Amino acid sequence: MVDASLITRIETSFERRKLMSFAILAVIFAYLVYAAISFDILGVASRARMDNAQNLLSDFWSYKVHVTRDNRNGSVTSAIDGDQRYSYAPDWVKTQGDTTRIDLGGGSLVTYDASGAHFVVPGYGTIALAVTEGKVILTTPQPLPDWISASDTRVGITTPAGKLNFTKSKVETLRYFPGWELFFFTFDSPFYGKSFGQLVALSLWEPRLDASQSNIGQIAHDFLTNSMWHHGDVFWAVFETLLMAFLGTFSAAIIALPLSFLAASNMMPFAVPRFAMRRIFDFIRGLDALIWTLILVRAFGPGPMTGALAIMMTDTGLFGKTFSEALENIDEKQVEGIRSTGAGAIQRARFGVIPQIMPILMSQVLYNLESNTRSATVIGAIVGGGIGLLLTQAIGTQKDWEDVAYYLILIVLMVIIMDWLSGLIRRKLIKG
Amino acid sequence: MVDAAFGPQPGKRPDVSGPHQSYLNMVRQKRIYSAIFLVLLIVLLSGGFHLAEGRNAGGFLNGLPMLGAFPSEILSEGWADRANVPGLALHFIPSLIETLNIAAVSTLVGGLCAAFLSLMSTRGLAPLPRLTPVFRRTMDALRALPDVVIALVLIYVLGGGPIPAVIAISIHTSGALGKLFSEAAENADLKPVEGLTSTGATWGQRIWLGVIPQVAPNWASYLLMRFEINVRASAILGFVGQGGIGADLKIAMQWGTGKYDQVVAIFIILFLTIVVIDRTSDWLRTRLTKGARHG
Repeated sequence: MVDASLITRIETSFERRKLMSFAILAVIFAYLVYAAISFDILGVASRARMDNAQNLLSDFWSYKVHVTRDNRNGSVTSAIDGDQRYSYAPDWVKTQGDTTRIDLGGGSLVTYDASGAHFVVPGYGTIALAVTEGKVILTTPQPLPDWISASDTRVGITTPAGKLNFTKSKVETLRYFPGWELFFFTFDSPFYGKSFGQLVALSLWEPRLDASQSNIGQIAHDFLTNSMWHHGDVFWAVFETLLMAFLGTFSAAIIALPLSFLAASNMMPFAVPRFAMRRIFDFIRGLDALIWTLILVRAFGPGPMTGALAIMMTDTGLFGKTFSEALENIDEKQVEGIRSTGAGAIQRARFGVIPQIMPILMSQVLYNLESNTRSATVIGAIVGGGIGLLLTQAIGTQKDWEDVAYYLILIVLMVIIMDWLSGLIRRKLIKG
Repeated sequence: MVDAAFGPQPGKRPDVSGPHQSYLNMVRQKRIYSAIFLVLLIVLLSGGFHLAEGRNAGGFLNGLPMLGAFPSEILSEGWADRANVPGLALHFIPSLIETLNIAAVSTLVGGLCAAFLSLMSTRGLAPLPRLTPVFRRTMDALRALPDVVIALVLIYVLGGGPIPAVIAISIHTSGALGKLFSEAAENADLKPVEGLTSTGATWGQRIWLGVIPQVAPNWASYLLMRFEINVRASAILGFVGQGGIGADLKIAMQWGTGKYDQVVAIFIILFLTIVVIDRTSDWLRTRLTKGARHG
């Protein structure tokens, strides 16, 4: 027979816990509502620039070809991203005398001629554009749809097949293609347009294209000095970021190791220096990477060394704390065994303490190395070094989003590889 | 070292007839390896610093005497205008609260996403076991993205304000916490879950009643730790992007001389907040994990 009071007691405690968990959820929900109001979520939703988002996303995965006609001299050029260095003659643009026909695919057709331009949009009709007495005249089926923006000086037409911008001085048609064109080689490289198999054949056994240089060397050179994507500079920036993380983490570990002996209660018998050392570690950690970075930038100027020193400062505080905690948790028996042989303090530390804490130390250092790779990207944005700098510059231009996507992919790869590598070494260390 | 010396591989077995000699040989070999490692590390560090210094705008030795100049400039001006500092500190409290709100909201939102992702990617708990690798890789990718970068891209789309920062930090948090959460969930005892399954409980009930009570202390402790990290991240985000105390700090620092009393006020309240949060969360976390250990 179960005691009835026990049942009621258990039931009430169950009820109370249930109420508690609901109360916690209610508090969290109320807080989120308060935050939503104080962050002005509705205002953000109305201010959001969806056209910007569209530009950004289309740049992420596609490139555009600008077909431009200069109205003053009638010349027509087709260039990737509108950059004259990368102009070429695509087969979907045909010029005969004064007339240029641009086939945008799917029935969309743009025609430039001496009088102006025509844009055939399937399912809508023909849009005619001309310049009369210094004004842009638009002739189109009425009413005007919202994808055409028109004024006396400029007409912009946006369709899924492409964009058309018409002004007095020039007409420009933009056609989008998926992918990142010229990613490997630009037009001036002899390797442009070659398949992977052809490149392998060229680099391994085919005769030299340029007698003064091996093909594989030239491929590497043309790839790294690609004037559109600047792979060489980007890879160097990634290396610089990794360098900042490596230098910062390991120099912090080297500095923190001796100092942590001063902060561990079983190593430092005097309370005053121990207490002082701990407060110094707390202060360094509390002051935060941001503030250290700002102070160091003023002294050493922008660059990767400043970034490495900033990481070193914050990590010294962190390592000091964790190392001294590890020191306090060691097994005293080994130290006593060494002491019984008549060893001094340094020898006791070297043979009794260090072998015990080494795996913990290394695992902590490697873990931080991984997280510092990410911090180095952010610190690089403040101190002006590494991939962080390139990224903030590319974002700052507000149009090179394909570069942003490229850098983002590199950063994610870099961090994942570091994560994997440090995990691998840590597992090896813990296993012994 | 005894077990290592008599390893399972027959080829590596040392000469047992002279254990003293073979032990010394082993120790010597180990020391040589450590010495090589140490020398290599020092060479790499000094070489790396040399390289980094070459790419830096100012050299290390030239900058060293200047290290104290900026703090002392700030501190002396802050000291001269010390009467302003308490008032300014009060003036910056609203932006400090905004920074803290950003951190708290993104910790909560990121924590919710992390709980979902981790349950989806834990062996034995996932409702769709085939998809666990997908969710794991998703968490890896989310964790790898630095929050500042996401925030800068989002500012272009959403405009200024705290929302881009919240989204950015939440994304990173959900990846980082998801990994820790799923490690905790993997160590959970599956017996309560089996018991619940035998009563015909749904997946949601099994998780809510069988898993969450077990992992709650650990998860709460990780959440607190993440909140500490996110407060710092949201201050940095303000400095690089927009919003909160970081943005105020940036403006005050760009102004330069004359506004250093503001810089001092911001440094003080930021430092105090971080220390207080660290201390409180340290205390709470020890209580949570210790409590969990006693049942």
